[in-house]
Amino acid sequence: MLSFLDRNRTIAEPGFSRWMVPPAALCVHLCIGQAYAFSVFNLPMTKLLGITQSTPADWKLTELGWIFSIAIFFLGVSAAVFGRWVEEGGPRRAMFTAALCWAGGFLVSAIGIYIHNIWLIYLGYGVLGGCGLGIGYISPVSTLIKWFPDRPGMATGMAIMGFGGGAFIASPLSVWLMGKFNSATHVGVAETFIVLGIVYFFFMIVGAIIVRVPAPGWKPAGYTPPVSAQRLITKNDVFVYDALKTPQFWLIWWILCLNVTAGIGVLGQASAMSQEMFPGHITPVAAAGFVGLMSLFNMGGRFFWASTSDYIGRRNTYFLFMVLGFALYCTVPYTGSIGSVVGFVCAFLIIISMYGGGFSTVPAYLKDMFGTRYVGAIHGLLLTAWSMAGIFGPVLVNYIREYNVTHGVPKAQAYNVTMYIMAGLLVIGFICNLMVKAVHHRFHMKPDHEAERAQAEVAAAGEPAGA
Amino acid sequence: MANTNQQGTTSLQLLLAWGFVGIPLTLGVLQTLINAMKLFQ
Repeated sequence: MLSFLDRNRTIAEPGFSRWMVPPAALCVHLCIGQAYAFSVFNLPMTKLLGITQSTPADWKLTELGWIFSIAIFFLGVSAAVFGRWVEEGGPRRAMFTAALCWAGGFLVSAIGIYIHNIWLIYLGYGVLGGCGLGIGYISPVSTLIKWFPDRPGMATGMAIMGFGGGAFIASPLSVWLMGKFNSATHVGVAETFIVLGIVYFFFMIVGAIIVRVPAPGWKPAGYTPPVSAQRLITKNDVFVYDALKTPQFWLIWWILCLNVTAGIGVLGQASAMSQEMFPGHITPVAAAGFVGLMSLFNMGGRFFWASTSDYIGRRNTYFLFMVLGFALYCTVPYTGSIGSVVGFVCAFLIIISMYGGGFSTVPAYLKDMFGTRYVGAIHGLLLTAWSMAGIFGPVLVNYIREYNVTHGVPKAQAYNVTMYIMAGLLVIGFICNLMVKAVHHRFHMKPDHEAERAQAEVAAAGEPAGA
Repeated sequence: MANTNQQGTTSLQLLLAWGFVGIPLTLGVLQTLINAMKLFQ
C-alpha cells in the first residue's frame, strides 16, 4: 500500500492538468494554517476543570502560550531536518506524513485534555503537530515550481496563501464545534480536537491523492524557457547542503528574517497598539475588525506579491518591501500624532501584505538562485529564519513598549521607537538584498553527479534504469 | 516533450478540486470580512 506514496507513482500521465496541483497544495496548507487560529482555544483551555471559570488547578495562559511556540519551533526544525527527505521522497509521501503528524498531534492533544496533562499537549500539538506543519509547509513547493516554470511566484504564492487563509476556516469552525460539544460538564475542547484531527486528515489525504509531479522534461504547452541568460535566474541546480555554503543563502535568510521580524511583531500586537495609539477612536470591537482586515491582507499579499514577482523579479520585489516598508514604518508615528486612523490602518495593511508577500516570494527567489532540484529542501532550511523572527519580533515590540511606558512615555507614543527600529531593520534587509548576486558556478551540481543520483533513485524505486 | 494534450483531466475534476478548497476558504474569508467591517462602524 505504501508504494502508492512513492515519487514514481505520482508522475503525471499525459493530459494531466497542472491546475490540479494548486488545489492539492491548498488541501495541505489550508489545514496546517489552523496554527494561526490556535489562540481560540486558549481561553476555553483555562477553564477545563472549572468549566464556567478558571480554578487554581486549571492551566494558565502562560503555560498554554508555549503550545504555539513549540509548534512554530518544530515547524522550522522539521522543515530544515526533513527538507531533503521531502524533496527526494516526493510530495505524496510528504503530504501523507504531514497528515499523520498533524492529525496525530490533535488526537494526542485530545488525550492530554482528557487526562489534564499539558505535557501531552506540548508533545502532541507542539512537537508532532509542529513536524506536520514543517513537512506540510514545504511538501508542495518544489512540485508547484516544476509545474509552473513560467510563473513560479504565482504558483507558490497560491499555496502559501492557503497557510494564511487556514485560520479563516479554523477559527469559526473551532468556535462552532466547541459550542456544539459544550455542556455543563465539558468545555468541548477535546471533542473539537478529535473532530478537527479527523477532518484535517481527510482533507490532507485528498491533497496527497490529487498531487502529481511532472514527467521528466515536461514543459507547459507553448512555454519556451528564456534563451538569453538572466543574471539572477540560474539554469543550474545547487545541492541542498552546498547551498548552505553560499553567501546567497544567508543573505536571503536575513532578508526573510528581517522582513518577518518587522511584520510579526506588529501582527501580534495590532489590537492593543491600535487602541493605545488612538484612545477613544478605536474601540476593542473596531480593533478586532482591524485584526481581521490585517489577516485578509496578510493572505492576499501572499498571492499578490508573489505573482507580481514573476513580472518585476524577485530581488526587485524585496527592494519594494524594504523601501515601502521603511517609508510606512516611519509614517506610523506621524499618523498617531495627527490622529489619522485612516493613515494608520492603510499603512499597516500594506505592511502586513508585504509580510505575507515575504513568505510567498521566497521559494521562487530560492529557485532563481539555486535551481529547482532541491528548492523545497533549501526552503526548509531557510524557514529557521521564521523561527528566529518569531522570537525577535514580539520581543522587540513588547519589551520596548514596556520600557517606554515604565519610563513615563505616554501610551499613544510608546510604539514610536519600535516603528523606527523596524524601519531600521528594513534598511539592513535592503543592504542584504543589494548584496545578492548570482551563485558562483563552483556550487552548481555537475551533470555526471546528477545522472548517478537519478540512477540511484530509479534503482531504489525498484525499476530498471531507463524505464 | 511539451504536453499539449489536456484531455486527461476533465473540467469536472478541476471544478471539484477547486471547489473542495475554494468553498471553505471563501466562506471563511466572508466571515472574516463581516467581522472586519466592525472597524468602520
